[in-house]
Amino acid sequence: MREMTGAKMVVQALRDQGVEVVFGYPGGAVLPIYDELFLQNDIRHILVRHEQGAVHAAEGYARSTGRPGVVLVTSGPGATNAVTGIVDALMDSIPIVVLTGQVPTFMVGTDAFQEADTVGITRPCTKHNWLVRDTDRLAETIHQAFHVAVSGRPGPVLVDIPKDVQFATGTYLPPARARTDHYRPRTEGDPAQILRLVEAIEEAERPVFYTGGGVINAGPEASRLLRALVDATGFPVTSTLMGLGAYPASGRHWLGMLGMHGLYEANLAMHGADLMINVGARFDDRITGRIKDFSPGSRKAHIDIDPSSINKVIRTDIPILGDAGRVLAEVLRIWSERGARTRREAVAAWWDEIGRWRRVDCLAYRASATTIKPQFALQRLEAATRGMDRYLTTDVGQHQMWAAQFLGLEAPNRWMTSGGLGTMGYGLPASIGVQVAHPEALVINVSGDASWLMNVQEMGTAAQFRLPVKQFILNNERLGMVRQWQQLLHGERYSQSWSESLPDFVRLAESFGARGIRCDNPAELDGAIAAMLAHPGPVVFDCVVEKHENCFPMIPSGKPHNEMLLGEARTEGAIGAAGAVLV
Amino acid sequence: MSPLKIEQGTSRHSAYDLRASFAEIQESHTLAVIVDNEPGVLARVIGLFSGRGYNIESLTVAETDHAGHRSRITIVTTGTPQVIEQIKAQLGRMVPVHEVHDLTVEGPAVQRELALFKVVGRGEARIEALRLAEIFRANVVDSTLQSFVFEITGNSEKIDAFAELIRPLGLKEMARTGAAALARGG
Repeated sequence: MREMTGAKMVVQALRDQGVEVVFGYPGGAVLPIYDELFLQNDIRHILVRHEQGAVHAAEGYARSTGRPGVVLVTSGPGATNAVTGIVDALMDSIPIVVLTGQVPTFMVGTDAFQEADTVGITRPCTKHNWLVRDTDRLAETIHQAFHVAVSGRPGPVLVDIPKDVQFATGTYLPPARARTDHYRPRTEGDPAQILRLVEAIEEAERPVFYTGGGVINAGPEASRLLRALVDATGFPVTSTLMGLGAYPASGRHWLGMLGMHGLYEANLAMHGADLMINVGARFDDRITGRIKDFSPGSRKAHIDIDPSSINKVIRTDIPILGDAGRVLAEVLRIWSERGARTRREAVAAWWDEIGRWRRVDCLAYRASATTIKPQFALQRLEAATRGMDRYLTTDVGQHQMWAAQFLGLEAPNRWMTSGGLGTMGYGLPASIGVQVAHPEALVINVSGDASWLMNVQEMGTAAQFRLPVKQFILNNERLGMVRQWQQLLHGERYSQSWSESLPDFVRLAESFGARGIRCDNPAELDGAIAAMLAHPGPVVFDCVVEKHENCFPMIPSGKPHNEMLLGEARTEGAIGAAGAVLV
Repeated sequence: MSPLKIEQGTSRHSAYDLRASFAEIQESHTLAVIVDNEPGVLARVIGLFSGRGYNIESLTVAETDHAGHRSRITIVTTGTPQVIEQIKAQLGRMVPVHEVHDLTVEGPAVQRELALFKVVGRGEARIEALRLAEIFRANVVDSTLQSFVFEITGNSEKIDAFAELIRPLGLKEMARTGAAALARGG
């Protein structure tokens, strides 16, 4: 039993949890903890410029390593600024541990300076949260927080620590003695349901794997097993935005991303399938389109670790509650033991059908010799970085969808994007968190002018910590996705969707001590990208692109998968009045 | 293989039809939720219901295992079978929740609610109120020359029925606890 102050306990608990880096911002209610951080060298602190940036950086760290990201912020505004990032992590199932300072326990409830009801505000934003009123409970609570963040479906947790609890002395409890037994989500799938899935695989004529972020969260072994099962069965595989990289984009059975801006062949395979095998995805509305017409002829198997994901929006025929990796291992083992049978002829005919859809070439766009098309910019970025061990982050909007369409992900944990919440401003701080975790790797944030400005202050963090993140901004001087919807849904009335008074991105970069590069000529693009990659420090790349390019294919809101708009299609009146109420 | 319909342009279906075509029958279910008796746990459960748009018909909570720091929350809720399943799954994955029992489907259960009724009146109405209380086995727990407070326990339908009958006899105020329930048998 070791006696120490609460502040020292926080640092000791982080050390015992194997934490190497904390993203944070100091303030009055966390000063004792910052004092302890000052007095040690085991845990590195990355000073962000805004608490939202700290959470996104921690998310980038967590997504790219598989380990929980840690955030340390002060009470009141420190905590409320972190809320957007916390919800982002909740929606995308990212394990992060947020430590917030709080006013002293004897001042709680008095509207003290920088007091906010942090646990009240973040109760629906976290997997779980705690207010620690007793220093003796502090260490155990932090250990429980880490356990909850990474167990089952991962997510954000928050521990609110009043300042007097940080100053007071208590007994430190090591992780091994913390009670974590009652929160043990089930990870082994039901053998009877797994057998039903194996039988369905043996009988399927038009199968498709539909994979999501759960495969990434289940660890690299789950991705390896997915690849093994897909390649052994020869079934086509598509993925949600969050699941990209679990199956390699260069793999033979890859259909590309599905969903609202997914590939034609992927969406039509989902629509026409007779067996859908959902691994770690959640039938999000960006994926399903109109529920009633979603994949009408398929039996649906759903492997998920969260019981509330199963049968939430789509009725599942074969529900399998468990860890994606463990269930895939069992499916592969039992299917192999039974002779590894599939209906090869029928599946070959299914591939022929998919091949016809592929020949539609849904990502085709009208090339230009004078302006840089955003798709062209990403194709050149892809050509310049293919084969490198690169990590990609994005912001939210058209550029995000184009990045998902045109940049091939070959491995898990290489793609960090805000999927569920759709948080503009995610990309820059996330790229910082990734670069902190992988100092030698190439980290590129594909962004848009509007998104990037939402957390532009974090360039200061990149410069201070010499993090050579590459900010590749597709600058169309528009809120591109908003503009696209206004064109398609709101009679081309472009209400507030242009960017007036944009900064000079090159000079802005230079003012932060970073390198700025501008390119507006397709002929000079390759050289400019090479210059970005060659620069050893952070770069802001202002890629001036076509202003009115729309992102296709597109399944308009409220439409099923087989009513997709292609690039050159007539788009006027494509979405009815009823569709316009959906987002 | 059936040919796929690939058309572009407007659709004749309504985009409002977002929910799956599950059975749309509204059912009432009584759930018993065993939780850690820790600060905020009730707010967590109520927040789940309000945040996700589920109904609460009644909710009661009290500590039932002092040594184990456990409380029992009894919730009566209504929804389609799909929504009921979703409520149970959402409750079940909360960290401080230990058990979720659907007493409506797990077998016969007893359900009781306590209510207090203040009836003000004189003469015939006052005597009639006493007579009704006797029929419903309600106790008089407070009495003045002008008023009674009746205490009644029973299932919610019995209390509804008593309230309906006593209303014209000078019902002034009523307080109900909401349902508590236990499965029958061992």
